[in-house]
Amino acid sequence: MSTEVAGLGRAKPEGPLKLAVPRGALFGETLDVLDAAGIDTTELRGDSRSLIFEGAEITLVTMRPSDVPTYVEAGAADVGITGKDVLLEQADRRVYELLDLGFGRCGMVLAGRVGDEKLGESERRLGVMRIATKYPRIAERYFEETGRQTELIEVKGSIELAPLVGLADGIVDLVATGRTLKENNLEVREEIVTCTARFVANRVAHKLRSTEVDELTAKLKQAVAR
Amino acid sequence: MIHPIPPGTRDVLPDEMRELRRLHASLIETFEGFGYGEVATPAIEYDEVLGRGDGRTASSAYRLFDESGELLALRSDMTVPIARLVASRYAKAEMPLRLCYLASAFRAVRPQRGQMREFTQAGVELIGAPAPNGTAEVVKVLEAALDSAGLDRAVIGLGDADLFRQLLAELGVEGAARDSILERLAMHDLVGLEAELSELPGVSDEQCATCVALSQLRGGSEVLEQARALGGPGVERATARIQETFEALQARGAADRVRIDLGLLSDLGYYSGAILEVYDPAIGHVLGGGGRYDALLQRFGVDQPAAGFALYLERVHVAQMEEDSRRREGAS
Repeated sequence: MSTEVAGLGRAKPEGPLKLAVPRGALFGETLDVLDAAGIDTTELRGDSRSLIFEGAEITLVTMRPSDVPTYVEAGAADVGITGKDVLLEQADRRVYELLDLGFGRCGMVLAGRVGDEKLGESERRLGVMRIATKYPRIAERYFEETGRQTELIEVKGSIELAPLVGLADGIVDLVATGRTLKENNLEVREEIVTCTARFVANRVAHKLRSTEVDELTAKLKQAVAR
Repeated sequence: MIHPIPPGTRDVLPDEMRELRRLHASLIETFEGFGYGEVATPAIEYDEVLGRGDGRTASSAYRLFDESGELLALRSDMTVPIARLVASRYAKAEMPLRLCYLASAFRAVRPQRGQMREFTQAGVELIGAPAPNGTAEVVKVLEAALDSAGLDRAVIGLGDADLFRQLLAELGVEGAARDSILERLAMHDLVGLEAELSELPGVSDEQCATCVALSQLRGGSEVLEQARALGGPGVERATARIQETFEALQARGAADRVRIDLGLLSDLGYYSGAILEVYDPAIGHVLGGGGRYDALLQRFGVDQPAAGFALYLERVHVAQMEEDSRRREGAS
């Protein structure tokens, strides 16, 4: 593979392009899309505990989706794939968002207990809703935009628990099928934003490895258009 | 005992300081070699003065009151203070004026390696020399500065700050929608950009696609042809300006490490015309930037064209270290 940037002798970024691949919910579909784009993912599909998979043209680095913006912003990965929810929550990470890959579609929603008026009552009588979430910045921005005051409670584990035991009046969380909500007797009250997987790039890699980044963008675009 | 310092600030100890001093000295020597005289200005200025640069982005994150109740601010760059200095100290001086600096500035950024809230900038300002030759001189000095720092792989991106402003004006996009779209362009949020453009009445799918495609054009002089093919008088004017600058650079033998990049947009509102960004393949952050700001001095009552650049010293130092270790690995 040519490591020279077209039309430019001086910049010689070494080695294959590094692509950050999200483990977790987006992992399977990410691999399918990479396959369709002609990138070999056989090794990642095995049960290897390795985190780095070196190919001839591209090196795949696997990580938590929420770490992808961190690695890409610093240039430790040149490009990456992660959810829009992660990008919105880490809006201060400066990465270029080049492509909506369309898969991993989820809704960021405000949910409360079925038939329970706690959200409305708290807002009316106490002026403040207590909201548990893993996405404090998205939630904060949403309630500011809609002119409501909230007490945000950041939790790490199963958010659904919070309204059931009275930690919060409602939750802001990512919902794919809504099954978890249903099983916990919760329902969607408001839809905040729809999130899909995005292809992102490091600012400097986008400039100095433009040919490779553009080629990969085009291949991915084709792969998801099918 | 723990005696904390504010986030985003740090102490420098002798080993690092020795290297930084060497870097400082070589940069200032380079600037002086091109006839740029070093100046210093106060770290704190009146907030109103700094705000003239750009109300939103150049304004300081750190403000305080003095004993008589005046609002002061810590500078966020050196370009605005030097514009103030030129207007008050050199208003009647013979142009062009060549000034350089090495100074600390302050911004409320998320602290990380090479990006602190208190940071050092080294740069030049060329006052009274219009495009394209003034711009070409500044790029030439920038190249020499990168060479003197040993960053022989560094690359300079050259774009035009007015391209998208004019393009959006042609499309009749104004006000908040325009600002929001420029922000998306600056962040290269192409998904959001497409979504916002397509929602605007009077912007066709084709115009939307042109806008997105333009922002992705970068490379050698061939991208100017590609841009012209996408059309529009605004594009024509911007590409003509870039071409002029590029040709002036070629005439000075200074175009080797310059890449044309139509997607460049400045975070700072006072730029007009040519805009510059500096990268090194060893680090993922931008090393510095600059460009033309022909209308900035007017805000201080002096009508002179101007151009300049600033390098983030700590990032240049990080890049130096990364390049050193790369060379060592290459040699072993």
